[in-house]
Amino acid sequence: MNKKFMLFSSVLLLVLIVSMTFAVMVGSVSVTPLYVWKVILSKLPFIQHMIEQDWSRSQEIIIWQIRVPRVILAAIVGAGLAIAGAAIQALVRNSIADPYILGISSGATVGATSVIILGAFSFLGIYALSVSAFLGSLIAIGLVFFLSRVGGRISIFRLLLAGMAVSFILTAVSNFILMMSKQEGALKAVMFWMLGSLAGAKWNNIVIPAFIFFVVFGLLWLFYRNLNLLLLGEEAAVTLGVNLQQFRIQLILLVSLLTGVLVAVSGSIGFVGLIIPHIVRLIVGSNYKYVIPISALLGGIFLVWADALARIIIAPQEMPIGIITAFCGGPFFIWLLRRNNYSFGEGD
Amino acid sequence: MTLEAKQVSFSIYDQRILHEVSVQIKEKQFVGLIGPNGSGKSTLLKNMYRLLKPESGTVLLNEQNILKQSSKAIAKNLAVVSQETPVLFDFTVHDLVSMGRTPHKKLLELDQEQDFQIVKDALKQTGISHLAKRSFSSLSGGEKKRVMVARALAQQAQVLILDEPTNHLDIQHQLQLMDLIQTLHLTVVAALHDLNIAAMYCDQIYVLQHGRIVCHGTPQEVLTPSLLQEVFGVFADIQTHTLTGKPYLTYVPEQFAKKVCQV
Repeated sequence: MNKKFMLFSSVLLLVLIVSMTFAVMVGSVSVTPLYVWKVILSKLPFIQHMIEQDWSRSQEIIIWQIRVPRVILAAIVGAGLAIAGAAIQALVRNSIADPYILGISSGATVGATSVIILGAFSFLGIYALSVSAFLGSLIAIGLVFFLSRVGGRISIFRLLLAGMAVSFILTAVSNFILMMSKQEGALKAVMFWMLGSLAGAKWNNIVIPAFIFFVVFGLLWLFYRNLNLLLLGEEAAVTLGVNLQQFRIQLILLVSLLTGVLVAVSGSIGFVGLIIPHIVRLIVGSNYKYVIPISALLGGIFLVWADALARIIIAPQEMPIGIITAFCGGPFFIWLLRRNNYSFGEGD
Repeated sequence: MTLEAKQVSFSIYDQRILHEVSVQIKEKQFVGLIGPNGSGKSTLLKNMYRLLKPESGTVLLNEQNILKQSSKAIAKNLAVVSQETPVLFDFTVHDLVSMGRTPHKKLLELDQEQDFQIVKDALKQTGISHLAKRSFSSLSGGEKKRVMVARALAQQAQVLILDEPTNHLDIQHQLQLMDLIQTLHLTVVAALHDLNIAAMYCDQIYVLQHGRIVCHGTPQEVLTPSLLQEVFGVFADIQTHTLTGKPYLTYVPEQFAKKVCQV
């Protein structure tokens, strides 16, 4: 398996790089892959002087200032949501779980709605939306976490139910703000945010998500043994030496932090966190040693393509990326459901 | 290494399941727990492997309170084959048995050659080497049980807790498994349903009824017609088997009850 895994992940990495190159090429102004890489290489230290600058200033802006950060963000968001989904499915031992099950996206939506419609946090300027969305998700997860503790222990059932309850309440809050608003176009702006978009990507706002992604990815991968044991159930985890309460709390914190940061920059893009872990398990099995890295790669590839489609499908307008992920993911998921030899878990 | 439950009491809601139960398993002793359904065998074992926390009383592993040690430290010394063979999602047999190595691994440590060898031996000892690449969910109940036993062996603990280990196994594998456990010379405590198996393999037997220890001792001391009638509500003729030298039980219908009691 190790050799196969190395080969498979190298192939996926290559596909990711090719996909990202392609995604930088397409758009209202198309550029050749040669220029894409020349511009990118010219920005790197040491080798920059070896590249002859034979492109226009506008080409450079399109490639370097607009598309490259956007494509990188797409890869990070896709990879991040996929590993968050994989981790949350192990935590709650339930295959219908996704990273938003803990109320994170509904909290973020309240934050975003209050910025878009009420103009909250206007002193933060262009960061207002991300900051308030992140704060909203923190409040939501804090509430859910607090509600799911019984006698100092985290009950998984309560966690799921509290996540649902908090989501309902916070969604009602966003809807209330929306309904009371008299602004033209506010509904569309909020709608667009809820369905997700990577249009806001810039070099300076992808640094934090990228950093958090790599930290959480590394930790989840290191914890693969414990994640496997969680999947087997409480009894196996306890008898094989996992400190269950402590590990659950660590996992909730890691997943919430990652999801909160991603949602803050991209809106709540659906389906990636649910479907990618399933596809990965179908290919490599349930061992998290492989599920975590392959989910990251596949999630990244998926979202890079989804974002490229979002940009070109109704150009010059942009389609919210959530519509694309659901349209591509939904039918695939139905196909998976109809397969007899794929197990969704207990009672299947 | 020894394992001991001292005056352990446990309730679920307001229902008392265990009443000050004390069980002592000495170094390399094979101790059986017997008793009818609902007598508290599994609950007692779960208290002993820390899945449940005793309401009062303590559990000592090598004379140390298990609640005062880290989960990892305990898992190095204590392996469990529980009644549940839960598997959600899908793992191969080899992956599952490898998980027995978890307590011995540090965060950054990868599986070494030595770990692969231990896993391989565990698969071989339980006779499931040929299933290594199969997916766990495609196995039969008995095969799954043997995988769980192999995982406990891969853990290389000195103390083994078994909750009805022979459940689901055919007669050949029941005996094979019990023989294997006996030859490992570990400190073992097992909840057993089959009283003849208990008689054949146990050094000491504890009898549980309504959450209390009714009596304990060697199989010869414990397994008597009156005890079987009192605790299990069955009539049995008990002979000493000529080959094994252990008590051998034959359950008989009620019409022979008088004859049994005369013996």
